[in-house]
Amino acid sequence: MSPTVFAPWNNPEEKPLIRFENVTKKFGEFVAIDDLSLDIYAQEFFALLGPSGCGKTTMMRMLAGFETPTTGRIELAGQDIAQVPPNKRAVNMMFQSYALFPHLSIWDNIAFGLRRDKMPKDAIEARVAEMLKLTRLEKFARRKPHQISGGQRQRVALARSLAKAPKLLLLDEPLGALDKKLRQDTQFELMDIQESTGTTFVIVTHDQEEAMTVASRVAVMDEGRIIQVATPAEIYEAPNSVYVADFIGDVNIIEARTKAVGAEQYHLDWADGQAPLTATSALPFSEGQQAHLAIRPEKIRITTERPEDAPNALQGKVLDIAYLGNLSTYHVELPGGQVIKAQTANTRRIARRDITWEDPVWISWSATAGVLLAQ
Amino acid sequence: MNLRRFALIAVPYIWLLALFLIPFIIVFKISLSDTALSIPPYTPTLKDGFAALISQLDFENFTFLASDDLYWKAYLSSLRIALVSTILTLLVGYPIAYGMARAPEEWRATLMMLVILPFWTSFLIRVYAWMGILSNEGLLNQLLMGMGLTSEPLQILNTNTAVYIGIVYTYLPFMILPIYAALDRLDESLNEAAEDLGCSRMQAFWLVTIPLSRNGIVAGSFLVFIPALGEFVIPSLLGGSGTLMIGKVLWEEFFNNRDWPVASAVAVILLLILIIPIILFQRNQQKQAEAEQ
Repeated sequence: MSPTVFAPWNNPEEKPLIRFENVTKKFGEFVAIDDLSLDIYAQEFFALLGPSGCGKTTMMRMLAGFETPTTGRIELAGQDIAQVPPNKRAVNMMFQSYALFPHLSIWDNIAFGLRRDKMPKDAIEARVAEMLKLTRLEKFARRKPHQISGGQRQRVALARSLAKAPKLLLLDEPLGALDKKLRQDTQFELMDIQESTGTTFVIVTHDQEEAMTVASRVAVMDEGRIIQVATPAEIYEAPNSVYVADFIGDVNIIEARTKAVGAEQYHLDWADGQAPLTATSALPFSEGQQAHLAIRPEKIRITTERPEDAPNALQGKVLDIAYLGNLSTYHVELPGGQVIKAQTANTRRIARRDITWEDPVWISWSATAGVLLAQ
Repeated sequence: MNLRRFALIAVPYIWLLALFLIPFIIVFKISLSDTALSIPPYTPTLKDGFAALISQLDFENFTFLASDDLYWKAYLSSLRIALVSTILTLLVGYPIAYGMARAPEEWRATLMMLVILPFWTSFLIRVYAWMGILSNEGLLNQLLMGMGLTSEPLQILNTNTAVYIGIVYTYLPFMILPIYAALDRLDESLNEAAEDLGCSRMQAFWLVTIPLSRNGIVAGSFLVFIPALGEFVIPSLLGGSGTLMIGKVLWEEFFNNRDWPVASAVAVILLLILIIPIILFQRNQQKQAEAEQ
């Protein structure tokens, strides 16, 4: 691990590699990207995350040069690239379908971009050999794309897009076609390659786990706008909206009205006839404001007895148990009908589990466990 | 069960046997016979008895074809006209197929319909229509003179140019459809990938689109070349006295000279010439089928 944390976005001196400035993209009447501004820094592994149709692929295609913004500016290393055609940009893209040329061998696929640069023959050979080694494809150099497996094709696509040593590599759902196990291995491979080549990666994905695993920063998008840009940990622990909290991982949302009871301390009235909940928030909330308390299931403790010290404790009944092997998620129904999810690690054998269906249980969490969100 | 399978396979074989192989054997036999003033106009026939029939057959007609330069000139000229028309059809057909494949989804069925539509009218009527267009007093010349581009009518009808126009027009759909099928399957992201890796639009077209539509080009070219080689109607209606094509020679031998044996020999050689491109075409189709598996 490097002693200094890699966080150029916190350094105001740092110049971004890519800058989106009030970019809007319309397809006819449809607004795909809505007045969006964003900085991406050199050597970042940046993830654009969102549901399909949120505009993340459009952003990537604008960076590659296949679409031009309707209004606004896109800068690459300080230069406006709106008018630069795709073949003149120091940007390469790895396509979702891989788009390998079926009539060319793996070797020729990787050499394709180098040949266009009129590189000398031995330099091409050396570079292709390097790429084959990096992606562990040496044995398959002479095969055609239809003669290798899906995982190998994915690596060929990566090698081909990296061969020209682009300033920026775009990855459009790069692992979407792989099965889960292979996908997880490949995620780490991608991170290794990104680190060893020092290339800036921008990845488009709808898989939040993938984005969290690989990215240095994640931008959560919805309907052409960026909702939050932050590191994976911040996105998870401190989402800025219910949308982000709900999109990333599992979450319980409790609607309530706030009442300040001290410095950054609030009481939440969440249901008639129930004791108020306690939560902390650095953001100010006014008296009686409608707010949402977002708590991750793993931050909620589930016990058979009322815990002594917990500031928030509620009684309920076990409705359902989802057994995932390493974890169990308990769905606890509160007297008001609301269902809260609580998750525990299965550190003991399943036979010794002392909570089962229909059991009355207590769920509890600390004042700092949840995040108070205005919207 | 086995019987059913046998019957299923037997049907096309019997069809081929009855409608291709047996007629071919008859034509081949006639080509080995001598012309005679009788009905049918050749000898020997089966009436002479089988042994006599076999003993009287010879290759005289084939040696005659080789010795008279009219015939091999006609073959060469046919090959040249077929080849040139195939290239012209490709040059006209490829952009049309490309345009169709790039057209918006909802337009494609209509465009396909427009390509096939001419088949709804008789081929003969369409060739006659071209006579009306290309003749000295025809629509084209009237248009050119009306616009003041020429003062005298251009002689197009009854030249090789008219034959090329006729063949290109008639066989264009056979070129367009296989190329369109190949281009339609082409993933647009392949072109984007080529551009992304540094190709201009034009380079991407040469390096990606053309090689990947090769099978369509080959199939279309054979589908035009093979029938164009033996074409008879177009050269006889649109071509002039200088247009030498083997189909026309065949017709004249058969109907004007009533020399069935020589006409049959011409037909047998034409078939032998055609077998080469047909085999090549079959190979291409087979390779394509294998590549798709």
